[in-house]
Amino acid sequence: MFPSPLLSVKQLYTGFFETGILTVALTESMQRIAIGFTLAVIIGSILGILIGTSKLADETLGTLVIALQSVPSIVWLPLALVMFHGGAAAILFVVVLGGTWPMTMNMRMGIKNVQPILIRAARTMGYNRTELIWKVMIPASIPSALTGARLAWAFAWRALMAAELIGRGGLGRTLMDARDFFNMEMVIAIMIIISVIGLVMEYFVFSKIEKRVLSRWGLAK
Amino acid sequence: MEQVLIKKVEKTFENKEKKQSFTVFDDINLTVNPGEFLSLLGPSGCGKSTLLNIIAGLDQATNGEVYVGEKLIKTPGSDRGVVFQEAALMPWMSVIENVMFALRKKMKKEEAKEHAKKYLKLVHLSKFMNSYPHELSGGMKQRVSIARALAMDPKILLMDEPFGALDEQTRSMLHREVQYIWEETKKTIVFVTHNIREAIMLSDRIVLMGTRPGGIRKIYDVTIPRPRVITSPEFVKLEEDIMSILGGEIEKVMREEMGDDFNSKKASLLYGTNNNMGDNI
Repeated sequence: MFPSPLLSVKQLYTGFFETGILTVALTESMQRIAIGFTLAVIIGSILGILIGTSKLADETLGTLVIALQSVPSIVWLPLALVMFHGGAAAILFVVVLGGTWPMTMNMRMGIKNVQPILIRAARTMGYNRTELIWKVMIPASIPSALTGARLAWAFAWRALMAAELIGRGGLGRTLMDARDFFNMEMVIAIMIIISVIGLVMEYFVFSKIEKRVLSRWGLAK
Repeated sequence: MEQVLIKKVEKTFENKEKKQSFTVFDDINLTVNPGEFLSLLGPSGCGKSTLLNIIAGLDQATNGEVYVGEKLIKTPGSDRGVVFQEAALMPWMSVIENVMFALRKKMKKEEAKEHAKKYLKLVHLSKFMNSYPHELSGGMKQRVSIARALAMDPKILLMDEPFGALDEQTRSMLHREVQYIWEETKKTIVFVTHNIREAIMLSDRIVLMGTRPGGIRKIYDVTIPRPRVITSPEFVKLEEDIMSILGGEIEKVMREEMGDDFNSKKASLLYGTNNNMGDNI
């Protein structure tokens, strides 16, 4: 019953190059995470900037975000399935929701922690409030936003896998199908794919960007 | 060159929670002449930086008015360049981009770049144009900050303890550089400091401010010919004159912080109350 590593690797091969089911599943999951992550970063940034710059928004929306943040996004799936009549939109909804809150909170923190002296200096150069937000506060909070994006990715990826186990299509569904056929080698093969994607994102995407940003912002050790 | 007119300026800080208010100073009247190098000198808490911030438009006066030329000051503006104690450079911008940042409201990119280069040359930083602030020393950052303020071609230059955080060698080097810049550009400069020697070294006039009640104690004309030498008799004489008044002001501040039985004569053995009032220049 416990799968052999060799057979799992063989499953990877057949899944990608013979039957193609893994290629299809991977493409679908990657499309979902790409769209979901992008939306989460955009929505999270906008919310974070709004909450970070307006006291009123912080006291109303900000509190709501903190409350929503503690709800694991997968919990929204039953409601989303009804709201979107099942299917892909519901999964996307859960993914976006998972990524948005950490992005929002980190963006907010970045904006709040901009050194006041930078804002004062820019004011003496005649920049008005809107320009200050665009030209000083947002660039100054890029390192924070990056941390937010990293977390947003991690949360969104986990949400996607969980949603696909229950929903339709993608790596998660294929994993469940494999289990139904008692194909444990396939289950392990898919788990390998999931972890490889996580590693690639962490070490080849976020680490690299972070290194560059931190040294540019003078924060690298 | 533009004159600064300070008329009956009062600044009171309200503490809303405790319903207390604290008046830093009231009824400050002062005229800074065009092209003059004027220092505001005083112990900590006398409101010299607050007054500078009011001129800059970063703080609002509770009462009274400040005019630069004919213009009543309400908000900050590029007609007044400010150099802070910290260089306040944008860390994500290179040196030249930082200087250009001050110009982008007025000029196109190419023009701003040429202009920025000119001012970086003035502070001898042409070589570091493409460096980032974290790669520079404290003195170099402060020079970028001065170039940035000057590049806007402000009518007056406001400097808030610009060399307070620097070491001695860098500071005396920057003193020479500021004098050179002042002679080159003929700007009106208002310079805040708590260092007597720094004030005498640089200024045409020194406005000595005191605390509790805050306000102007005395105004000194500095007529010593430039370049000034710290050890010349006129320099030492003026320093002693200023110290005799300032000493009392410092003692007031110390009493406030350490209790009424504080006595600077006794405590000088331990603390050396004068030690940031010019000894280290």
